[in-house]
Amino acid sequence: MTANVGRSGPDVRSDCRVELELRTSGGVEFHLVSKVAALYGRDIERQCRSMLAEWGVLHCRLSLYDAGALSFIIAARLECALRRSGLTPGPSTAPLRPTADYPSHRDRLRRSRLYLPGNEPKFFLNAGLHRPDVVILDLEDSVSPSEKDAARILVRNALLTVNFYGAERSVRINQGERGFDDLREMVPTRPHSILIPKVETAEQVEAVDRCIREIRSSSDKLASDNDDAKRDIFLVPIIESARGGLNAASIATASPHIVSLAIGLEDYTADIGARRSKDDRESDWLRSQVLNAARAAGIEPSDSVFSDIADDAGLFASAREARDRGFDGKGCIHPRQIGIIHRAFAPEPREVEQAQRIVEAFAAANRQGLGVVALGSKMIDPPVVKRAERILKIAEGGC
Amino acid sequence: MKDRFVTNAARRIVPTVVNGIPQVPYRGVGGYRPTGRRVAPQIASSMDYPPDGNKVVAGGLAEALHRCGLKDGMTISTHHHFRDGDLVAGQVFDIAAGMGVRDLRWFPSASFPCHSPLIRHLESGVIHHIEGSLNGPLGDYCSSGRMRGTGVLRSHGGRWQAIQDGEVEIDIAVIAAPSADPFGNATGDRGPSACGGLGFALADANFADKVIVVTDNLVPFPCIPWQIQGNHVDYIVVQEQIGIPEKIVSGTTQITRSADRLLIAELTARFCDEAGLVRDGFSFQAGAGGTALAFGIYLADLMRRRGVRARFARGGSNRYLVEMLEEGLVDYILDGQTFDLDGVRSLRENPRHIMTSPFTSYNYHGKGNFASLVDVVVLGATEVDLGFNANVVTHSDGRLLHGIGGWQNCLFAGCTILPIPSFRDRIPVIVDRVTTLCGPGELIDVIVTERGIAINPRRQDLIDKLRGTSLPIRTLDDIKNEVEEICGKPDRMEPEETIVAVVKWVDGTIIDAVRKVPGSVVEASSGADAME
Repeated sequence: MTANVGRSGPDVRSDCRVELELRTSGGVEFHLVSKVAALYGRDIERQCRSMLAEWGVLHCRLSLYDAGALSFIIAARLECALRRSGLTPGPSTAPLRPTADYPSHRDRLRRSRLYLPGNEPKFFLNAGLHRPDVVILDLEDSVSPSEKDAARILVRNALLTVNFYGAERSVRINQGERGFDDLREMVPTRPHSILIPKVETAEQVEAVDRCIREIRSSSDKLASDNDDAKRDIFLVPIIESARGGLNAASIATASPHIVSLAIGLEDYTADIGARRSKDDRESDWLRSQVLNAARAAGIEPSDSVFSDIADDAGLFASAREARDRGFDGKGCIHPRQIGIIHRAFAPEPREVEQAQRIVEAFAAANRQGLGVVALGSKMIDPPVVKRAERILKIAEGGC
Repeated sequence: MKDRFVTNAARRIVPTVVNGIPQVPYRGVGGYRPTGRRVAPQIASSMDYPPDGNKVVAGGLAEALHRCGLKDGMTISTHHHFRDGDLVAGQVFDIAAGMGVRDLRWFPSASFPCHSPLIRHLESGVIHHIEGSLNGPLGDYCSSGRMRGTGVLRSHGGRWQAIQDGEVEIDIAVIAAPSADPFGNATGDRGPSACGGLGFALADANFADKVIVVTDNLVPFPCIPWQIQGNHVDYIVVQEQIGIPEKIVSGTTQITRSADRLLIAELTARFCDEAGLVRDGFSFQAGAGGTALAFGIYLADLMRRRGVRARFARGGSNRYLVEMLEEGLVDYILDGQTFDLDGVRSLRENPRHIMTSPFTSYNYHGKGNFASLVDVVVLGATEVDLGFNANVVTHSDGRLLHGIGGWQNCLFAGCTILPIPSFRDRIPVIVDRVTTLCGPGELIDVIVTERGIAINPRRQDLIDKLRGTSLPIRTLDDIKNEVEEICGKPDRMEPEETIVAVVKWVDGTIIDAVRKVPGSVVEASSGADAME
């Protein structure tokens, strides 16, 4: 029986197809077809043979059809083929590269959240260069049911290897039982956050939280390595149904690890029997509901994606509307949307000036030990100061 | 006679004799000055030509070639203004094969995948070798070492120079012309097969011994306007179709949809802006690649915002450049070749859209040329090394991939920028030493990648200007290290001895040699015992 994983063909880039047939004798027969054979052929063969040895495979036929896959991609495809052949994992996979290892923070900017299909490695490599605030490696809707296992291994390797240049590294897991399988693979690689799809009750979030805690307590080896490894994995529930909307308030407070509440409007409009319009007016109730639930819980409300990637003006208008309404960010499905969203969420120069004055006045009042802060004839409350600080942070964040 | 080799000024080992002709090794930029006089074709007498001006040959291209005295060992030139839609070059060699002629030198201004059927004439001995761009299947053929002679790669300007210096004597030039009159006046901007300018054929018309014009649109004398003068032309051949104009739009003239390449194009435009290059009266040229086209869009946007107008743009013209001309962002297009049908229309209808030739634009042995008047030029490359030297003709594994086109000639612009991805399909683009040297680093000012912008240390003025901007300015070393971290360090290629082609510098000297690529480069296979 032959296990096939990955893709090959004239349109495929940065991926490979592995065909593995386990045998009982004859040694390892290795066959490589690669457009980078002249420069990396020996390297690829060395990598594959040493992986086979680690998994205890002595006899097999391994064919690799390679379109310039990086070594972490080849490793993921081969590992999946080994698992599909019925073998259990050998020693642990690639180490966490220092360039892929950086912290995120609870209150960081999350203006743009870039979705990357979890089984399409070519989109991973340079995603961070487009400076999204968050990259989301998606295991859910963008991965077909038959490829969930392949995507899970690939995303795990990407989290360990790829430099996303400071973006928050996030994974969208699947619903239900499959989501827990996802977590078992993801959690040891320390993603910054987990997106939980189609959340309708607080219990769903609690279950995910519990699962993460269990995995982490059983893999304490990592945690002892350094303090950073002990950091929390943040949670972002996505609300995309009527029921989820009704329970938004309890969902938003279901775990102390929740940093943001997101919305999915494609599923929501289908759920309530509406047609999705360009200005999302049919989703008005859910957007208000999620926004207020998030604010009440002290977390960030984040708006849905804008799905027409050719309509820059429409995206800008949509992101502006989201900002003015109180949202802190928006999902995106193409790197070119990031800059537009950042521009839309950027404060006006006069807003920045005003914010500076507020923050300075507050600091001055603090120095003088004054309980009441005033700017001109206006009293300044703590929420106003907080908002001003946030405006300054976005202004510094740039586009 | 590939018996002697020398190390040239770029420390490349090059042959001193190519196809039996002695060569001058590259001596550095501005290091070689030829003397003597230009060559000229035989004097013609008008008494040998019909007084009624009718040079149309009834028996078609075969009769015209026969009358030109086609015989073994001749040099035949054709031109690439139809790009991948050329229907004439193939006919010429089919006829030659039918006549039993052998050992021809094919001297095209460029070749395209549509010319791959000519491989059988190389195999059978009708064609001895090709001097001109070798890409696609022809590039693979040459790289495999199966061509009997050595390929010679020249820039567009270098091709003109080779003709006027007498290095290449053209016996018969065959010029496909979308409109011509019976006297031989011809133009490319009109007729059912209109494809744009015929500038690449001008040197051939001026210098070749015999000139055949092939047209599918014979108009009564005079053909107005004429770019080819009938006074240079011996015979006219009329046939049903000479080319497919839609195919002048090739894959490389589509704007890229890749987010990474758009990022590179945007960084390039921002660099030009921050460096103060985008100012009233400036001039620019961008190549035909997808990233260069996207650069044009960002540049136009920038010019609108800054209220800046360019005095001229050098083409390859296409829809986007034509739109800039029509919007008033550019005063003139000085066109070298037409890349789409909007370009053809504009060339025909807009008096501010001018057809040029490699002589006016690129020739190194003229009294100056336009290329060095251009402020900013944006070009592609397959590889760049840490000395800013660049390769544009071969793949990283040594296979011939592209022609030089006007690339070398354009390096003389005020600021030469190469926007390139830092790696392609795992293969690093910034390397220790380019596989094939085409452009000396001293003429290449800026490399823009998606991972940062590197300024040539020789351009302290640009380094100073860009200091303190928000652009990601880095060293080439730094970018290279990051890419090797991502891709892994590639194996060193051990080149074979056999030379399959040479690359000429713009002055006619040999800047590098291209070696045979061992075995099949696409597939590698090994059995159980291949590894220890």
